[in-house]
Amino acid sequence: MYNKTIAELSAGLKAGEFSSVELTQTYLDRIKTLNEQLNCFITVTPEIALEQAKEADAQRASGHAGLLNGIPLSQKDIFCTKGVKTSCGSKMLEPFISPYDATTITKFNDSGAVMLGKTNMDEFAMGSSNETSWYGPVKNPWNLDAVPGGSSGGSAAAVAARLTPAATGTDTGGSIRQPASFCGITGLKPTYGRVSRYGMIAFASSLDQAGPMTRTAEDAALMLNVMAGFDQRDSTSIDRAVPDYSTDLNDSLDGLKIGLPKEFFAEGLDDEVAKVIESAVKEYEKMGAVIKEISLPTSHLAVPTYYIIAPSECSSNLSRMDGVRYGYRCDDPKDLNDLYIRSRGEGFGTEVKRRILVGTYALSEGFYDAYYVKAQKTRRLISNDFNRAFEQVDVIMGPAAPSTAFNIGELTDDPITMYLSDIYTIAVNLAGLPGMSIPAGFANNMPVGLQLIGKHFAESKLLNAAHQFQKQTDWHLKTPDLFK
Amino acid sequence: MSAEQLRSLLQNSFTEKEKPEGLTIIMQWEVVIGLEIHVQLSTKSKIFSGASTAYGAEPNTQACTVDLGLPGVLPVFNGEALYKSVMFGLAVGAQINERSVFDRKNYFYPDSPKAYQISQLYYPIVGEGHIDIDLEDGSQKRIGVTRAHMEEDAGKSLHENFQNQTGIDLNRAGTPLLEIVSEPDMRSAKEAVAYMRKIHSIVRYLGISDGNMQEGSFRCDANVSLRPKGQEELGLRAELKNINSFRFVEKAINVEIERQMDILEGGGTVIQETRLYDSEKNETRSMRSKEEANDYRYFPDPDLLPIVISVEEIEAIKQALPELPDARCSRYIEQLGLSEKDAKALTVDRDMAEYFEQVQQSISDAKMAANWLLGDVSAMNNKNGLEFKDCPVNAQQLTGLLKRIKDNTISGKIAKEIFEAIYSGEGTGDEADADTIIEKKGLKQITDTVAIEAIIDEVINNNPGQVAEFLSGKDKLVGFFVGQVMKASKGKANPGQVNQLLMKKLKP
Repeated sequence: MYNKTIAELSAGLKAGEFSSVELTQTYLDRIKTLNEQLNCFITVTPEIALEQAKEADAQRASGHAGLLNGIPLSQKDIFCTKGVKTSCGSKMLEPFISPYDATTITKFNDSGAVMLGKTNMDEFAMGSSNETSWYGPVKNPWNLDAVPGGSSGGSAAAVAARLTPAATGTDTGGSIRQPASFCGITGLKPTYGRVSRYGMIAFASSLDQAGPMTRTAEDAALMLNVMAGFDQRDSTSIDRAVPDYSTDLNDSLDGLKIGLPKEFFAEGLDDEVAKVIESAVKEYEKMGAVIKEISLPTSHLAVPTYYIIAPSECSSNLSRMDGVRYGYRCDDPKDLNDLYIRSRGEGFGTEVKRRILVGTYALSEGFYDAYYVKAQKTRRLISNDFNRAFEQVDVIMGPAAPSTAFNIGELTDDPITMYLSDIYTIAVNLAGLPGMSIPAGFANNMPVGLQLIGKHFAESKLLNAAHQFQKQTDWHLKTPDLFK
Repeated sequence: MSAEQLRSLLQNSFTEKEKPEGLTIIMQWEVVIGLEIHVQLSTKSKIFSGASTAYGAEPNTQACTVDLGLPGVLPVFNGEALYKSVMFGLAVGAQINERSVFDRKNYFYPDSPKAYQISQLYYPIVGEGHIDIDLEDGSQKRIGVTRAHMEEDAGKSLHENFQNQTGIDLNRAGTPLLEIVSEPDMRSAKEAVAYMRKIHSIVRYLGISDGNMQEGSFRCDANVSLRPKGQEELGLRAELKNINSFRFVEKAINVEIERQMDILEGGGTVIQETRLYDSEKNETRSMRSKEEANDYRYFPDPDLLPIVISVEEIEAIKQALPELPDARCSRYIEQLGLSEKDAKALTVDRDMAEYFEQVQQSISDAKMAANWLLGDVSAMNNKNGLEFKDCPVNAQQLTGLLKRIKDNTISGKIAKEIFEAIYSGEGTGDEADADTIIEKKGLKQITDTVAIEAIIDEVINNNPGQVAEFLSGKDKLVGFFVGQVMKASKGKANPGQVNQLLMKKLKP
């Protein structure tokens, strides 16, 4: 049962082959026996899950089944969930029980979905390996010595190991696509503004976007159907009709114009990864797509631009974690300053502190123009590059990450190399575009993700291209040996 | 020229004899004042959340998840604050920026739940404008408004009643404010107060704020510096924080001027710092120096889109602006024939002006209405420490009273008596109250010639000595007779008739 996709499980529930309670119990049992090896979950919520499953079964019986009726899902611990610990991977929020639900959580609840638990993640979503979590690193199901990627590493590993049919992730610079690539699953970062950010703990507000992490593109479409839409409580969400993302999945790719940015295939890309991507592109050619080399000349500015903007925003966003109203507070503060300094000093981990300091510096008087303002300008240039490219092509493709999953501990003392693992994904966030990573093969015995980038609001096109690829290939069906 | 040289030059420019009385040091030092006024905009809900802005609720009962700064919450802008801010900008002839942007001002403080305040630094909603203030000598002075921007208020730290701890009340957090920044155009504490009063009058006229200073809806920071007269460059300033009454603004600025002058006179230099005014001790004291000042690390708030307003929308707001104090004042002078002094006095307070208009229209006598409002009504309010809006006699009641003066039912003197009765709570709040009291107390004026003559005869008969004196040329005694007649009639005889008839009787 645990090898089924959302689409298959929905069909099974509908046909009465099994109940949501049975299905949910299957996954809870799997989590119980297998999570210890992987550390995918910060919190497992069996009582809530079984309660929701029971309700879902009742709703289905009474003919009121929502879009995801009875489907067990796992939520990244960045989403506020009422009455449940919402830690964001940090000691700082270890004691934080959210008094409210994020909009995304409300939407899943309304659709009849079941929450199995909250997945592990890099602390406040800052990291590319899930090693910055205060709850310990997540292991990659394909190789327990390797990282799952980050920051949505818990979600990616849980989906890959079949501990959950699907999960949510959030992506600020690649945090859905890079772990999807490392774990061999399907991950979609929607257009900025497509999914509400309300209740999703902010890392970098102008870049953060939530999306589905699933086995298949078809499942990603089903989840996005629930997640997408304008939210009055998020001023940056966009008031635009939400299409049925399942509708165009089977459109023909004949004549689809695919652009390959030459900058994505230059120095720094692992040769084995490059080969996998090239053969994936050939698969598209076979389906009638037209391949074109393009250029994104300001690509090299993406990482430096991102590492000004994201830390600047996070330095301000994380200031509310001050030990005054909620979250971690140091013991016996001497005075107010001591309370601030020790609560934050003890509550935040190294990577979070590093970024808060970088951001604080970049926004300081005398440096603001040289860093933040300049970064906003280069951000515009990067966005312009994509706009020009999309005058020639429908979809841009390339690797999701320059390598396959590296080993735990390998890059922890080398933040720059770690930052570069998001080199192909970051520009997409800066431009606010939708991007996907889908399983495209293996290199060095580890999964490789193919990245698809679309125009603003072209999620349907990406899902269509991804689904057609998955009809021709079986990479997305591979299960890690340890979790078969 | 050094301050020292300037001082000696000035001192030598008068001989001892010529030196005007009370020539103070102000002759040598020029005071420069700029104000930052925080006006609470009267919206029902907060600027970025749906929580109520009502004053005085139990602590933390009007703070929702957004106001508490919980993880994950996002601000949503309340358009009512924009509308009200634009009204202010138009009222002071300012440029309205069609695109304005909210910035984050980052600083840690327990009553600032997000550890940043959402404000507007780089692109404020209101650009340069100006207002004219009236100086004591009757002349006017133009004061520049540099800008006005929207921002959210912080919560309150409560230091009392918590042993060695501080209580935090976030009810006020997120209340919309308009911060109005002036040019450093004011040269005395009196000018600063006149400016503040004018801004207060404008926001009250516009109905964009209740202007309640006790509740903190209208408060100001004053930047005060001194420079040698004639010098272009500004001196180093002190910023006096959070002063919430007209009286304290004047006092705070004056003690700060004295403090700075003492330093400068002693050859010292003023340091740039933030100071707090202590109204009990009537002194200012240092809060933090420039070195200790925060670097607020302003940057555009990525959670909010730029605020865009079209030329058409701005024009529509302009068309709907209510009449402002200056325009109303001119109208009173030109159309109602009031003196400039009365017109100004009536129009400062919108509540008073509107009260005046109601009474004036009903009795068709602007002068009488003005005299009453600026005279007895204001005097009673002052005596009772009441704002005009809280005056216990409403416009209908006063109208009813004045009508009876006009139709000679009562004299002005009796009217005052009735006014005081209504003021102290007699009557039911409508126009007939004066009539009821006149009836009940028998205060109707005596206008019957026969009746008045009878009283006069009695007075003349009772005072033969005074009559003889009067007839021998002591004209001043007429006042005595009028007084006697009025007394005998218990104030009810018509004074005009009494005069006329008395003369007839005494000098036939």
